[in-house]
Amino acid sequence: MTQTLLEALSLLGSFDHRLLDIVALSLRVSLTALAIGALLGLPLGAWLAVADFRGRSALIVALNALMGLPSVVVGVLVYLALSRSGPLGSYGLLFSPAAMIVAQSVLVVPLIAAVTRQIVEDAWRDYAPELRLIGISRPQAVVLLLADCRFSLSVATLAGLGRAMSEVGAVMIVGGNIDGYTRVMTTAIALETSKGDLALSIALGLVLMALILGLNVAVHFVRGWALRRYG
Amino acid sequence: MFPLRIAALRFAPEGRVVLDELELVLAGDGISVILGPNGSGKTVLLRLLAGLLPVHGGTIVWGDAAQPAGRLAMVFQQPMLLRMSVFANVEFALRPQALTPAERRARTTEVLERVGLAYRARDSARLLSGGERQRLALARAWAMRPRLLLLDEPTASLDPSATEAVERIIREIRTEGAKVLMTTHNLGQATRLADDIIFLAEGRVQEHEPAQRFFAHPQSPAARAFMQGELPWRIAFDH
Repeated sequence: MTQTLLEALSLLGSFDHRLLDIVALSLRVSLTALAIGALLGLPLGAWLAVADFRGRSALIVALNALMGLPSVVVGVLVYLALSRSGPLGSYGLLFSPAAMIVAQSVLVVPLIAAVTRQIVEDAWRDYAPELRLIGISRPQAVVLLLADCRFSLSVATLAGLGRAMSEVGAVMIVGGNIDGYTRVMTTAIALETSKGDLALSIALGLVLMALILGLNVAVHFVRGWALRRYG
Repeated sequence: MFPLRIAALRFAPEGRVVLDELELVLAGDGISVILGPNGSGKTVLLRLLAGLLPVHGGTIVWGDAAQPAGRLAMVFQQPMLLRMSVFANVEFALRPQALTPAERRARTTEVLERVGLAYRARDSARLLSGGERQRLALARAWAMRPRLLLLDEPTASLDPSATEAVERIIREIRTEGAKVLMTTHNLGQATRLADDIIFLAEGRVQEHEPAQRFFAHPQSPAARAFMQGELPWRIAFDH
């Protein structure tokens, strides 16, 4: 065990190119999926928070349920959509980083939207009377509330990043875990562990945890500073 | 928009009567202060006038119209301040109005100067003190140039100096031609500000008199009891 850990640290210390490539691809895929998730999920959640229409409650329940969507199910659905006979088959995205981004985005959007909906709805409950009297329209309220809740919404975004980076089932199915092309940290850990190469698995695991922990620490301090600065 | 005529107004959510057969006529000038014990429906009346609650019975007629022709603004006991600068908190409220950005900025600067907050224009509104927050809320309402300004206990948790500053602003807004309708529990404040007093109890207007006459000789038994600090109103936990 100690020997394996030392090997893992040695891999990290030597900046092993195989390891760095995997980390770089993981970051590219997950951060792109997070950007898409935030672009779609934040306004969707905020809109759902202020909107008033028939079926809204059902939509909220569905969105909350989608937060727990099993990643392998998403993987299969995206696989079917992107496979040659699927509706998006002509784009030839299957077994590519783009397919992994699509799968992770599908997982991240409902999570960010659901958390955003709850945060913005709480604010809307307090603000709605004054905003209505001022004459602010609902689309304007969406923009105002997203800006006003930005520090709380950083938590929603972090949750999305955590979901994307720790996900393995969907990217394994739609990416194919191709060495040097679609192999990311989670799929590499799964594969190397099954092969018995625990050193690489542990090294990747350490990087993965350090990245997630580092991002959380950074957001925590930025949020604390911003709250002191802006109230 | 005035006179504002309220007839047989009823508000009874889920059968719980808050206002019942409320009658009131308001002229378009001066400061009208609503007094009354807790639960008498003061805040509910303001919210009904603002259109924030549904009317369950009766009518509200603004001049000859069902809807107010002039602008209406309201300042709440706990005003909503967005997490942005003091300046932006006023300026955003002018966006729905047909003003150019330059006009919005000029009007915002003007009202902030008049409420004594120009020097904090760039600060975050969330970092203001209680008195400054209330002055900012008043500045925002003032900038909208309302014909009717509704104030729900605007000095409820303020110290005397902050209260004095808020009262000075309310007088200035009145002087500029806005009708002010406000609630308060502070009898001293009502004496200082009110042109007329509306005394509300048990969901009805018990008395509506010029302020001097009300304070000198309250006519209704309920108002007399209230002025003497008696508690004839049943309290929920009092069996």
